[in-house]
Amino acid sequence: MSEAVKQKQPAPTTSVEVPSRLPRPTVGQLLRTDLGFVPVLLTLLVIAAYFALTTGGLFLTPRNLSNLVLQITQIGVLALGSTLVLLLGEIDLSVAAVSTLCSVVMGVLTERHGVSAGWAILAALVTGALTGLINGLLVAFIRIPSFIVTLAASIGYSGLLLYLLAGQSTLIIHDTFIVSLANNYLPDALGIGLPTLALLLYIGFVVFNYMRRKRTGLRTQPLPRLLLQIVIVTVIVEGAVALFESYLGVPQSVIFLTGLILLCWLLLTKTPFGRYVYAVGGNAEAARRAGINVPLIRVAVFTMCSTLAAIGGVLAASRGLAVASQIDPTLLLDSIAAAVIGGVSLFGGKGSVWTLILGALIIGSLENGLDLKSQGTDVKEMVEGVVLVIAVAADALIRRAQARRGR
Amino acid sequence: MADSSISTPTAPSRPGQTGVAEPRLRLTGISKAFGAVQALSNVDFEVYAGEVVGLVGDNGAGKSTLVKIISGVEQADSGEIFLEGTPVKITGPSVATRLGIETVYQDLALCDNLDVVANLFLGHEELDIWPVLSEVSMEREALRVLSVLDVKIPSVRVPVSLLSGGQRQSIAVAKTILRQARVVLLDEPTAALGVAQTRQVLNLIKRLREQGLAVVVISHNLADVFEVVDRVIVLRLGRRVATFDVKSATPERVVAAITGAEFGAEVDANGANGGGLQS
Repeated sequence: MSEAVKQKQPAPTTSVEVPSRLPRPTVGQLLRTDLGFVPVLLTLLVIAAYFALTTGGLFLTPRNLSNLVLQITQIGVLALGSTLVLLLGEIDLSVAAVSTLCSVVMGVLTERHGVSAGWAILAALVTGALTGLINGLLVAFIRIPSFIVTLAASIGYSGLLLYLLAGQSTLIIHDTFIVSLANNYLPDALGIGLPTLALLLYIGFVVFNYMRRKRTGLRTQPLPRLLLQIVIVTVIVEGAVALFESYLGVPQSVIFLTGLILLCWLLLTKTPFGRYVYAVGGNAEAARRAGINVPLIRVAVFTMCSTLAAIGGVLAASRGLAVASQIDPTLLLDSIAAAVIGGVSLFGGKGSVWTLILGALIIGSLENGLDLKSQGTDVKEMVEGVVLVIAVAADALIRRAQARRGR
Repeated sequence: MADSSISTPTAPSRPGQTGVAEPRLRLTGISKAFGAVQALSNVDFEVYAGEVVGLVGDNGAGKSTLVKIISGVEQADSGEIFLEGTPVKITGPSVATRLGIETVYQDLALCDNLDVVANLFLGHEELDIWPVLSEVSMEREALRVLSVLDVKIPSVRVPVSLLSGGQRQSIAVAKTILRQARVVLLDEPTAALGVAQTRQVLNLIKRLREQGLAVVVISHNLADVFEVVDRVIVLRLGRRVATFDVKSATPERVVAAITGAEFGAEVDANGANGGGLQS
């Protein structure tokens, strides 16, 4: 490498980047960038504090929190898929139907046709990928608004799954492997080891990146901020592990969820594909002119979204020990809401996959907390509706505040 | 009016460019009709390396059509295109890009949500090892190109939505340099800009010339044109009607050529000065 040559001229950094020219960031802009998660986190803390106080501490017990996290696994995985589609500036209204359809495909294959669990799960995932492929092709090539395509798909698939179940309303899953997927807890060695390993890799990467930028004469973030970042991530990861360990251990489904989020995060932020997803969501015409195959990106993202929905369906069937003909009526909105509450813009191009955990936790906490207070579906749905409207309103307001500043 | 008789006097009047040298880009006898409308008839066009050419004309004069033909968006009905003397067929925008012909349109085509580095390398990302983006080397290269163009921005890691109009224009232009452009076409680069930002962009155009690029500026603003260009080519009603060397021309005479109406009178008035214009 010409590293040595480059090192001799660190001048560009100082001559091109003039920090004083940066307009003082407004609160709205801060909320859109680095600190976007803070209001969401505060909301979550307020909700948690409220339920902790009104349920006499029951809400914050490790047992309840473990259950809460298990309850949001499916929403989280679906929200991950929704996030990908939202980043494109599109929407997928078929995630709940696809998720349920795929779980039915798996259930029917194992329970009625004696197919082994592995093949049945694979069939479910392939079904998911196919439905996403169809959505994507219709959106990308026939140019039908994704809203319509996926709404039609949702209706169609809810009929298809009724057909597959042939009148049966609930199909119990007996297969032990499938049941173990979401209901098992990892042994302590793995439960503590895997997250810690991931954490160490993350810290190593952050430090490596810092050193490398420093060496090449690029601007680095202040060391205290870097350390703070590492400390915060460490506290979150090890805190979560400690919480789970003080009940039954780290649930396997949590590892699935965080693993999938991690994969999508790497894909979105470290690869050209992810960059293209953001580019298409930000300005599809600019992306096209830059030589990006926009239809291909759209098809790929819709396929990934539905495949994730299928994974969510498999995990839900495993946790519920059954597949049902009835699609959970709040599942679709919950998963999109989790993404939007987590700061993913409905207008495309903005948002991170990590914050959807916060969104899913808020929705899960409301549901779980109101359950503890023995509130019915009526109250739960009204509260959730209000929270969702607030989240979307915040998104729109922040966006407008930014637009007002102009260029 | 014959094109040749107008363009000949300009070539010798550019000593630095040596009239014998082959232009970086040359178009001959370009015609293009949209239905019954003849947008361009038998137009010649040339731009040399290290030269800035201003392409001016009234609305409907055929400027946009000519630019679209050069950038591959439209194909000419007849005529030939030579890139450094080699005949080329520009059958699409991607072909133009491959040949090193880059166009910066008025709308800039930037992704507001992406940072400066991401925008500069969009579609041409560098990788560490597949499929990992090489942020460090892209950032270095971005800083290098921006410093060559003397662009000042707060940081290359801010989303371009936070930049001023002039800065955004600079990013759009820097993008073409990164792709090793040989010919850069700028469509109304100063149209939406304030005074200071216009200055910034004009400075940028001068930098492009210093880099040895062939630059074509399409503009309505004659003051800007006269500030940076070496030659002005005037289109009117689909024909090339005049070519001026800015050193020996005045904005009044260019306006006269653009509008056509009071052309003769202006020539009489300035005739004694012995300009480069013949009619």
